[in-house]
Amino acid sequence: MSGFAALLTRDLRLAFRQGGDVANVVAFFALAVILFPFGVGPDPDLLARIAAGVLWVTALLAALLSLERLFDADFQDGSLEALGLMPVPLEIQVLAKCVAHWLTTGLPLTIIAPLLALVLHFDAAGYPALIAALLLGTPVLSLIGAIGAALTLGARRAGVLLSLLVLPLYIPVLIFGVAASEAAALGLESRPHLLLLAALLAGSLALAPWAAAAALRQALE
Amino acid sequence: MQRFANPARFMRLSAALLPWCSVAAAMLIAIGLFGALFIAPPDYQQGEAVKIMYVHVPCAWLASLVYAVMAVASAVALIWRHPLAHIAAESAAPIGAGFTFVCLASGSLWGEPMWGTWWVWDARLTSVLVLFFLYLGFIALANAFDDRTRGSRAAAILAIVGVVNLPIIKFSVDWWNTLHQKDSVFLFGKSTIAPSMLWPMLVMAAGFLFLFAVLLMLRMRTALLRAKLRALRFGA
Amino acid sequence: MAQFFAMGGYARFVWPAYGVAVIVLVGLLVHSVIFYRRAQRALDAEERR
Repeated sequence: MSGFAALLTRDLRLAFRQGGDVANVVAFFALAVILFPFGVGPDPDLLARIAAGVLWVTALLAALLSLERLFDADFQDGSLEALGLMPVPLEIQVLAKCVAHWLTTGLPLTIIAPLLALVLHFDAAGYPALIAALLLGTPVLSLIGAIGAALTLGARRAGVLLSLLVLPLYIPVLIFGVAASEAAALGLESRPHLLLLAALLAGSLALAPWAAAAALRQALE
Repeated sequence: MQRFANPARFMRLSAALLPWCSVAAAMLIAIGLFGALFIAPPDYQQGEAVKIMYVHVPCAWLASLVYAVMAVASAVALIWRHPLAHIAAESAAPIGAGFTFVCLASGSLWGEPMWGTWWVWDARLTSVLVLFFLYLGFIALANAFDDRTRGSRAAAILAIVGVVNLPIIKFSVDWWNTLHQKDSVFLFGKSTIAPSMLWPMLVMAAGFLFLFAVLLMLRMRTALLRAKLRALRFGA
Repeated sequence: MAQFFAMGGYARFVWPAYGVAVIVLVGLLVHSVIFYRRAQRALDAEERR
């Protein structure tokens, strides 16, 4: 466990030293959401209807922004190979990177989302479910994103390729996340959707570190 | 030329099989089309629109089947490092993408008159769309690296990861209340569709299966010939 | 005959569906055959050298 904690601290320190990332993600999210009232008009009913979808899509895109750099820096300077030789299994290291990514992307997004939901006239009844769904869904984005980032390491046009690979796998998260948020906003039952999100989280926690580690290993060959 | 020992066996086998599979494919598809268009009865609810089913459903079956073949080939490639396995997976991908595209397009054309919409985000349609993107992602990933082997291996991992989508496609209509109708043809147990409609669909599916075999063998042979060409040009 | 092509009023859905299938599947076949023949010819040319 101490190996995991050490890795996590290292990744977090690197992320914060790069500084830009958290600010980038939050700024993109906020700006993109704020643009919508300008684009579709200020009608509160219209905005309230699309609020859940807008928040989730922009959160998704914001999470995608920093994925490319998940393993890239370590890959370029050779420290990824060194990490591969460590006694801590590669899968655990991937998990540490995912946690760091979530703490610098998903968590800030979840914190900012309620504020932006205000801008979109999102129904107050929906806030708990929105936050719960984001808390469950954004880690899945980091985990699935890690698979994509590991697969596209060193590829030509890695950014576009990463989006092509990852976005279709994000769609279920998007669908259930929006469904949970909207259901609550309409006064309906959001638990089934939240449970499905939890299942997706459990599934990706099991699958993603293994798949990403396999991808990293063959990138290092 | 030791490295080509296995491929040589494949070349001989495929050379022998290709003519038979081609004839089988052509005949089965011809019979299936004839049965679908001229013999099968119209549906009491859907009228003649049901004829789309004879293209849509076999393509749907093949779309998933080809992905399964691709995933198995990928697993074999990664675990046993069999050189033909990567070639098999990469040859299968465009074929699977083609079947998936026809499935989606024909489904959309069927949905508009029957459901009143070209598209709906229900579980089955969404998961088949994800399947289509998985095929495209596989092809893109395999070609994205200067080192072709690296690309093949990355794509193979993607193919295996994407296998989770197959049970979702299959069981989505059971797990969720979807607009898409439940399955009526079963591998084990009695199918609930009328026999007069079942047989053209099965014949078309068999024809498409042989077509897949033909296309796969052609594309694998092409890949192996190209590999041999490269070996000759740059010295083996 | 005309009744057959009309497909009970659903002609503009049924025939494009079959059309897409034909275009894509025949297209795949043609593409595969052309590239196969091309590879064969290139290999033959190289082996003769």
